[in-house]
Amino acid sequence: MPVSAPDLADVTSGEASLKRFLHGLPGVDQVGAEARVAGLGTRSIKTTAKAYALDLAISMVDLTTLEGQDTPGKVKALASKALRPDPADPSCPRVAAVCVYGDLVATAKEVVGDQVNVAAVATAFPSGRASLEVKLADTRDAVAAGADEIDMVIDRGAFLAGHYLQVHDEIVAVHEACARPDGSRAHLKVILETGELQTLDNVRRASWLAMMAGADFIKTSTGKIQPAATLPVILVMLEAVRDFREATGQMIGVKPAGGIRSAKDAIKHLVVVNEVAGPDWLSPEWFRFGASTLLNDLLMQRTKLATGRYSGPDYFTLD
Amino acid sequence: MVSTSSTTGGAFEYAPAPESRAIVDIKASYGLFVDGEFVDGHGSSFKTLNPATEETLAEVAEADERDVDLAVRAARRAFRGWSRMPGAERAKYLYRIARILQERSRELAVLESIDNGKPIKESRDVDVPLVAAHFFYYAGWADKLEYAGLGADPRPLGVAGQVIPWNFPLLMLAWKVAPALACGNTVVLKPAETTPLTALLFAEICQQADLPPGVVNIVTGAGATGQALVTHPDVDKVAFTGSTEVGKAIARAIAGTTKKATLELGGKAANIVFEDAPLDQAVDGIVGGIFFNQGHVCCAGSRLLLQESVADEVLAKLKRRMSTLRVGDPLDKNTDIGAINSAEQLGRIHELAGAGDAEGAERWSPRCELPSAGYWFPPTIFTGVSQAHRIAREEIFGPVLSVLTFRTPAEAVEKANNTPYGLSAGVWTEKGSRILHMAEKLRAGVVWANTFNKFDPTSPFGGYKESGYGREGGRHGLAAYLKADSDLGAK
Amino acid sequence: MTRVDVRKTYKLYIGGAFPRSESGHTFVVDDAKGRFLANASKASRKDARDAVVAARKAFPGWSGRTAYNRGQVVYRVAEVLESRADQFVAELVRTEGITQAKARTYVAAAVDRLVWYAGWADKVTQVVGGANPVAGPYFNLTSPEPTGVVAVVAPRGPLLGLVSVLAPIVVTGNTAVVLASQTHPLTAITLAEVLDASDVPGGVVNILTGVAADVAPWLASHMDVNGIDLAGVDDPELATALEVAAADNLKRVRRAPAAEPDWLATPGIDRLTEFLELKTVWHPMGI
Repeated sequence: MPVSAPDLADVTSGEASLKRFLHGLPGVDQVGAEARVAGLGTRSIKTTAKAYALDLAISMVDLTTLEGQDTPGKVKALASKALRPDPADPSCPRVAAVCVYGDLVATAKEVVGDQVNVAAVATAFPSGRASLEVKLADTRDAVAAGADEIDMVIDRGAFLAGHYLQVHDEIVAVHEACARPDGSRAHLKVILETGELQTLDNVRRASWLAMMAGADFIKTSTGKIQPAATLPVILVMLEAVRDFREATGQMIGVKPAGGIRSAKDAIKHLVVVNEVAGPDWLSPEWFRFGASTLLNDLLMQRTKLATGRYSGPDYFTLD
Repeated sequence: MVSTSSTTGGAFEYAPAPESRAIVDIKASYGLFVDGEFVDGHGSSFKTLNPATEETLAEVAEADERDVDLAVRAARRAFRGWSRMPGAERAKYLYRIARILQERSRELAVLESIDNGKPIKESRDVDVPLVAAHFFYYAGWADKLEYAGLGADPRPLGVAGQVIPWNFPLLMLAWKVAPALACGNTVVLKPAETTPLTALLFAEICQQADLPPGVVNIVTGAGATGQALVTHPDVDKVAFTGSTEVGKAIARAIAGTTKKATLELGGKAANIVFEDAPLDQAVDGIVGGIFFNQGHVCCAGSRLLLQESVADEVLAKLKRRMSTLRVGDPLDKNTDIGAINSAEQLGRIHELAGAGDAEGAERWSPRCELPSAGYWFPPTIFTGVSQAHRIAREEIFGPVLSVLTFRTPAEAVEKANNTPYGLSAGVWTEKGSRILHMAEKLRAGVVWANTFNKFDPTSPFGGYKESGYGREGGRHGLAAYLKADSDLGAK
Repeated sequence: MTRVDVRKTYKLYIGGAFPRSESGHTFVVDDAKGRFLANASKASRKDARDAVVAARKAFPGWSGRTAYNRGQVVYRVAEVLESRADQFVAELVRTEGITQAKARTYVAAAVDRLVWYAGWADKVTQVVGGANPVAGPYFNLTSPEPTGVVAVVAPRGPLLGLVSVLAPIVVTGNTAVVLASQTHPLTAITLAEVLDASDVPGGVVNILTGVAADVAPWLASHMDVNGIDLAGVDDPELATALEVAAADNLKRVRRAPAAEPDWLATPGIDRLTEFLELKTVWHPMGI
């Protein structure tokens, strides 16, 4: 990307310059993008590579529950699982984080302590339809409750209406609201809700917008809208973080969320990460899976690889 | 806690994922397929090698003039019955063949990769599915020829002599055999001498399909066999895919006869990237355009024309993308670039790449370890190339891309068309009207806009100028195998 | 006292002009009874070369015109020919020795043939091209385009034969270099006057008169000629030699017919499609 950091400051200085910049990003040909991920999807990951990929994928899971019916009991069970995904195998890595609504952050934190991160969705998740004040309060509340990471949603309405600066400024404000009294701050994941943005051109623009506004991660979806994470969307977001690093030297993480249920899918994602963004992103620090049912399939495949026989769901905890 | 330090991930090394070779049974020696039977030839024999290992795969009979004559006679005898058979019945044989091709697709893919050197993911996902699709498509035409736009009662030509190349051995067989048979012709086909095995397996498929004897005959051999076939006085139709040089020789050889010819020859396609292109997909298209099938593709996008304003950016992306290409064992499912088909072809690639160096172009390849045995060439680009360089004019037929730049659309058109070839071209831009303008101006038989190297049985393929004449594929492909007794408009 | 008539000098027609042969040579053209008619220009290889240059120069403009416009231009040729019908009837009677009635039939048929082909200009694409339903998210369209510069060894039929061969070549957007019938060259030059008086741009049709065995090989081997129609080659050895020479750049060759066709018969579209290339364009369909 032929931009540098000082240029980006100019870009976000006004509505017109921001729009010009975002609309000047190279277009994405949907068919070509789909063909590329389909091609990468045929990579055959076997034996040692599979073992590596399964452990890596487990370590990247943001174990998630985001339901109206969530209770402290449910969240505690989930948090316990995050610490010990496979109670029968201590060599199994922990997941990256537990992801819950803001009011359950403290409950999760009680169980996981500092061993696994707690992420909270905020900013009137999942619709994002609330005033900025409410969104900021939502964010501050979760941070105060001990959230390590905030998963915010962008204002898709503003984005689709072309009010990019408004979207940008809101992310900047939420980023500021992530600050803690000790000077540190919670990490900010920005959910683009790509299913509502529809086009890959929009995904690319929203990715850049979020990165320029200070996102630590860009995340596909809330999981409440279909389609959620798709490989072409992930491809475009990985290209965006790759190009952003080229332009600014700064690495941004990527998190697909929703719809990734099988180990096979997860491994396909890792192949795309590896070949599009590059191996630097193959770490929970830079790539996450927002998922719930995925974890058990990863564990089953892991056990199959270790024991040589197929396992069954009864041998893994349902939390 | 997640830290903000720059610790990054480890290496994701793909373990070898070899496709099983056990699925194919390669015989020690093969005869010719004439009149529905495998027979010994009268000539000598030759070896076919696995280009990835240089091991001998089999001894194959080299058909001499007498063998070719026997095959043509068998085809002529079969023509009477085959051409008079109701189209609906001919169709059923072709459908049968299409189904057997699907049933045995894995075996065919493995055999193709072993004999040709192409990656299994291409033979499995591109070649063999297209082969079956081609038979399926033309099967459906066999009883609908009166709707092909060639008159009310178009008739077959007779015996077709078909000579195919080594780059897509089975796919080129399908392109030749399927329309010929659908139209009621019988064929004598000569596969390339370095890649005869899938054609011989196809012969076995014809037997399984109970195809009447003599409808398909396969004579293996080298140039002399091909020459005997195309010049045989009882061959009515010549179909050839291969070099422009041989294509011209065939055109001369059949001058003054009544033989009809279809020639699919060389190319030096321009792949043109404008500044407003979808750049990441363009890079994929550039890579697919030149490195698909090791660049052994007549329509390969071997001349990259970059608009100067994005040239550096595209080259940086291209190099990064090329660094992820995996060169090696064709049977490994993760291999992107397989073996060069023969020592001879490897020599030609080295010679032309050497000319690129000598003429001052700058060579670049990603770091990649090549196997010690077999024939290999790394994916390579040359920058700083001008139209005057040999590597911008001559078909290299290998994984070597020549990069040129342009400033305006007019300059792009001029450079793209400045070649005796005219097989294919690529255009990358998000501006619709420019795509259509460029598509109109480019003198090439296939124009891929915002895509490249796509093939389909319904889509006619063939060149302008010295890339040959006639079309293969689609309704238009039927014209090559039919004579129109009464054209549209005639009474 | 009878008036002494003013005779016409028959020259070549190249690039919209009527030059004499650069060689300065002429050849005698007699009528059907062997009486002197005229000294026709005897085209040389350099005249052939000049004609190819003119045809190449005219190609982008002519092929770039709309099909509707090319149809109108060819229709205009028919109009002008009709208006000069008497002149052509007289000329055919004089040069070929045929009856007035027969000549009238030929001239009328030539006009009608031009009208027929004029109408094809904006229809052949629809008849020959089409959409292809490929198995994937791609728009895929095949359309015909003119081959380029086409050389024509004209048939014996001095007007109807020539028009029948020439009209389909140019109406589809090709440009032509015609070597007129060696035995009946004069009508071709008179036709050139019609073309010149119509709206046919200079260079789209170039007409040479001369000896086929001298000039045709230069056209057949010319590397900037894309196609050759051997309609008027009646010597099989020459036909083969021309086809061999044409292979040097893989010209599209329409072989010589076994016998002169009956030009009065209704033509099919094979002459229209003979010098067309098919171009297939792919484009992805996505959002």
